[in-house]
Amino acid sequence: MSLRTVSESVIQIPLKEQTKYSSPAAAIDLEHVGVRYRAPDERIHSLKEYAIRWVQGKIKHRDFWALQDINLIIPRGEALGLVGHNGAGKSTLSKLVARVLKPNIGRIVVRGHVAPLLEFGAGFHPELTGRENVYLNGSLLGFSRREMEEKFKRIVDFAELWDFIDAPMRTYSTGMWARLGFAVATDVKPDILIIDEVLAVGDESFQRKSSARMQEFRDLGATILFVSHNMPTIEEMCHQVAWLDHGHLMEVGEPKKVIQAYRRHQT
Amino acid sequence: MQNTEPLPVYDSARRGLPAIEELRELFRYRNLILQTVRRNLVIRYKRSVLGVAWTMLNPLGTTLILTFVFSNVFGGVSQYAPYVLSGLLCWTFFSQTTSDSMANLIWGEGLLRRIYVPRTVFAVSAIGTGLINLAIGLVPLLLVMLLTGMIPQPCALLLPIPTLFLAMFALGVGLLLSTVAVYFADTVSMYAIALTAWMYMSPVIYTLERLPQQFVWIIKLNPMYYLITLFREPIYYSQVPTLSEFLVAGAIATITLLVGWWVFTAKSDEFAYRV
Repeated sequence: MSLRTVSESVIQIPLKEQTKYSSPAAAIDLEHVGVRYRAPDERIHSLKEYAIRWVQGKIKHRDFWALQDINLIIPRGEALGLVGHNGAGKSTLSKLVARVLKPNIGRIVVRGHVAPLLEFGAGFHPELTGRENVYLNGSLLGFSRREMEEKFKRIVDFAELWDFIDAPMRTYSTGMWARLGFAVATDVKPDILIIDEVLAVGDESFQRKSSARMQEFRDLGATILFVSHNMPTIEEMCHQVAWLDHGHLMEVGEPKKVIQAYRRHQT
Repeated sequence: MQNTEPLPVYDSARRGLPAIEELRELFRYRNLILQTVRRNLVIRYKRSVLGVAWTMLNPLGTTLILTFVFSNVFGGVSQYAPYVLSGLLCWTFFSQTTSDSMANLIWGEGLLRRIYVPRTVFAVSAIGTGLINLAIGLVPLLLVMLLTGMIPQPCALLLPIPTLFLAMFALGVGLLLSTVAVYFADTVSMYAIALTAWMYMSPVIYTLERLPQQFVWIIKLNPMYYLITLFREPIYYSQVPTLSEFLVAGAIATITLLVGWWVFTAKSDEFAYRV
């Protein structure tokens, strides 16, 4: 219940005013954030070509703003859904939060331990056993060996992979990879969880299980950034929805309302 | 979520010197270095029957061939075999770790675009893996020395110092190369060619004494000359290196590492933008 009130109080703040209310209560705080990709006009792949063109003075760049002047506050414990067409800047925004990209302009503050879902086990190596991969993946997320030892049993329990845990992961099915990846990424009990269109992987019963875990996280007070094209899930899971279009933040607010506006805009 | 310790706060606007920040982050992620080194070793040794033995057989085989071909030119089997093997150990360490630093960063790019890890992790774990392989490689060196009638002296215990300098130099070069490789994909293949030339410019398979005098100054421009020589002193020549030998090699290693670290960390925020 209390979570709802937090989110509703934010909805009422007009966008321009939001930065003034920036407080330690916010888990993620973006102020006038801009991200610029700089692409050479023609792609130059080789050092040789670059050197020749540099001598000729023929290197031109084209700037492309993936995000422009984004102001957004995500209060602690809130699930925010990101919607928008492909290339609108959703993934760029989630990369900012994950610290993968640094904004070219503006400022982002992230308070808490961030665990991105590695596309369900992108960091796994096929030659290593499930057990070895769990430890490797945990260290990728910044955990010590001792912390991982403590988590290990829970992770394998959740993934239901005790029978295969000492087999190389190349023998795993796609669903098994996904299960283990999800189990590792979510057992770390992050303060902030980034989910980038992942619920489509895995069979139905696992999807139910993973969405239950997301809800559990949400109820425990984790902040969630959820990027998806699946509107019903977003509406069900999120307290707030942000709609991005061509790098601009079009609207933030109550899920139903924003999704409707987004859909109207599409047609 | 419900822990009482203060939350880690990341603020894109408040960041100190990248070179220093990276050091702090790397320490925080030290477990990742351990796990990555472990993974590299496991993958290398797991699926081959002979496993670790390959790391010893490989330089032994090369030494055997080189000794067969060159020992008459360079003064006798008993002299030449341990000379070549000690040089090869240094060279293999250097060429492998620098190439791996680059490759790890580029293959790890998928990772770089998904999750934050200190970017120097890739090069540092390449060095860690190389150091373990180098240690394993000392076993055949000892074997060859004993077979050719050389007994390692107590000064061989100084070996960790030249090894440290070699590692620092390799890390510096690896970081510089990685920075370039992020922007230009052909760096990897160009470096492979350059390595071959570089090896023949270094006293790995020949001794400086056997070289025509007019070429010696070229070899002395090569930093690897000082590092390999320092490595050979305590073990092959069985003598304590002079202070100036230590200082020159140490200065080369330190400066290269500082420059590499500085350049890499200054640029590393841009890496994820380079798809």
